Amino acid sequence: MSAKPLPRMQFMLCAGTGCIASGSLDLKTAMERELKKRNLQDEAVVVMTGCNGFCAMGPIMAVYPDGIFYNQVKPEHAPLIVEEHVLKGRVVPQLLFKEEGKDQIPLMKDIGFFGLQRVIVLRNRGLIDAESIDDYIARDGYAALGKVLQEMSPEDVIEEIKKSGLRGRGGGGFPTGLKWEECRKYSSFPKYTVCNGDEGDPGAFMDRSVMEGDPHSVLEGMAISGYAIGAEKGFIYVRAEYPLAIARLQKAIDDAKDYGLLGANILDKGFDFDIEIYPGAGAFVCGESTALMYSIEGKRGMPRIKPPRSAEAGLWNQPTNLNNVETFANINPIILNGSDWFSSIGTEGSKGTKVFALTGAVTNVGLVEVPMGTSLKQLIFDIGGGIPKKRKFKAAQMGGPSGGCIPADMVDVAIDYESLIEAGAMMGSGGVVVMDNSTCMVDTARFFVDFCVDESCGKCIPCREGLKVMLEKLTDIVEGRGEEGDVEFLMELGQHINDTSHCGLGKSAASPVLSTIRYFRHEYDAHIREKHCPALVCPSLIDFVVMEEKCKKCGLCYRNCPSDAIIWEKKQVARIDTTKCTRCRTCIQNCKFGAIR
Amino acid sequence: MAKISIDDLKKIKERERSKMVLRDGEFRVKITVHMGTCGIAAGARDVMSVFRDLIAAKGTHDVILTNSGCAGLCSKEPMATVELSDQPPVKYVLLDREKAARIFEEHVMGGKAVEDYALARGSETTASG
Repeated sequence: MSAKPLPRMQFMLCAGTGCIASGSLDLKTAMERELKKRNLQDEAVVVMTGCNGFCAMGPIMAVYPDGIFYNQVKPEHAPLIVEEHVLKGRVVPQLLFKEEGKDQIPLMKDIGFFGLQRVIVLRNRGLIDAESIDDYIARDGYAALGKVLQEMSPEDVIEEIKKSGLRGRGGGGFPTGLKWEECRKYSSFPKYTVCNGDEGDPGAFMDRSVMEGDPHSVLEGMAISGYAIGAEKGFIYVRAEYPLAIARLQKAIDDAKDYGLLGANILDKGFDFDIEIYPGAGAFVCGESTALMYSIEGKRGMPRIKPPRSAEAGLWNQPTNLNNVETFANINPIILNGSDWFSSIGTEGSKGTKVFALTGAVTNVGLVEVPMGTSLKQLIFDIGGGIPKKRKFKAAQMGGPSGGCIPADMVDVAIDYESLIEAGAMMGSGGVVVMDNSTCMVDTARFFVDFCVDESCGKCIPCREGLKVMLEKLTDIVEGRGEEGDVEFLMELGQHINDTSHCGLGKSAASPVLSTIRYFRHEYDAHIREKHCPALVCPSLIDFVVMEEKCKKCGLCYRNCPSDAIIWEKKQVARIDTTKCTRCRTCIQNCKFGAIR
Repeated sequence: MAKISIDDLKKIKERERSKMVLRDGEFRVKITVHMGTCGIAAGARDVMSVFRDLIAAKGTHDVILTNSGCAGLCSKEPMATVELSDQPPVKYVLLDREKAARIFEEHVMGGKAVEDYALARGSETTASG
């Protein structure tokens, strides 16, 4: 211990991809320059952390020991922060987070977004330097690995994970302990444990955040699973679009090897385990377990028929355990706090917490972790801050392109594996796309089918051809060529695709269509029968006519129209010249009174 | 870097604790030096650096040092507030290096307030309180 005084103040600056994009690296430079200028560089330090989850408000910077939370901080704020906060100990009010209708409340724990969450997976977010192994160790990192190697047999570990009730966080929800137990049974060596970091759902960024912000928690979970199943080698499959995650994971692996927490004879306990990163090219299908393993083997990523299951014959036909990033990040707290603690959180069938990427029409876009059983309403309104622009909540798409939508009247549904499937959606990996009343559900379904057509590997016919036919039919409907019977056709075809496709991608690819038909059939009917898009999204199905009784004669449409297609004078109802109109919808987006149909 | 053992893990955790204490709020003592313009002019930075040096010299992990703005009693600066967990904070006035050192020794480490320099107990809390 040196007697050099430690910094008395720490600025925990978010260095997740979101905040880096909004300028946190420039802010770091500016802060450090300013601290140096005032000779305070030893008293206050800037620490780069992983994603805090509050991406909409980035770059965000928490100040400790005060627990003050600044958001949307720009480099030009650095002199002010240093002068006021570091030098004089005064909070800078204009950078504090502000919730509508409330006074400024500076403490992080008092902000609804943070206060209502329960963090297990994200336990270290904002509190550690993502690139410091010592920071991770300081918060009980690798203590679980130490405990396992010192006190527990592989069977004990499996039993503990089974008792905890932890289920796979990648989407399927298979009990993790059972998976490990199955893999342990086979006596063919070598065995492998693989981390699925091929996060591909549109709008999902849970796993990226964990890999970037707390990479060691993934490594530790993998090492423990390796010990439990009898593997000495692990792979992390990360998509190449996540360069920061790859860099931080690689640094974490190197540091862990230096400390002997990976490699030969870990912690001097005779257990060998090594991890290698495999950057994937970003095909959605490679998130499917067997396709992922082919991809690591250097083959084309296509799913194969199961059985044999990967636990018996996975990578290079050897017994292989595959878990998702978030699943691995849960292992350390379960081992340290015990299965009873973990299973006390959540619901009967779904234990622990779940991380969600909250995106779309919601005020607090970001990353949140809540106990299983939290209602969708709490997630969107209490934590997410509700729907912006005074619009109404319409539906939430859960589980990405494989999931389904949950309509507004079911907003009280509890978030757990069973309730969501019952509602026609699924937990998936945790993407939640919130939609307001300006969203067309037919168009949304078409978007997801379009995504799956692009991402289908082409191996089996229902997915490859069936989805194409579905996309054509949906395109017909949104472009005004829909006919009576189309919806029935989509339902039948969708059911066939779900029933007969080969892998998980195909088996669920029609779900967005089936669930939007289930809850928003009237919108399909309006598109087909009335040739009208009720949400005014599909340009072919909008009349572009001003409704005289609703028009307040304000001229906003006139001023914003890029093609001079609006005829308007003061105190006159606007009219649209359809010969000039390009159907760009600018007038609709600008009209405050919903007067254009 | 040498390979580490399970005991080393605990040592690293201990070594890094003071850093973490700052972030998770689990500290035993909080010292607040009031550093408004008045405080700084009267020598609050000296007081602050005495506390910093003493914390480092003692190697304590559970004492955090923070600053706040003017406490309102500008004529009695430099001022500092010492707050032991589950005790009302004590506000000290007219400090200098020697007084700060004695407060650290007797109150922060010893747990007994230095009545000679104290203004009041249970003063208003700071922004972080």
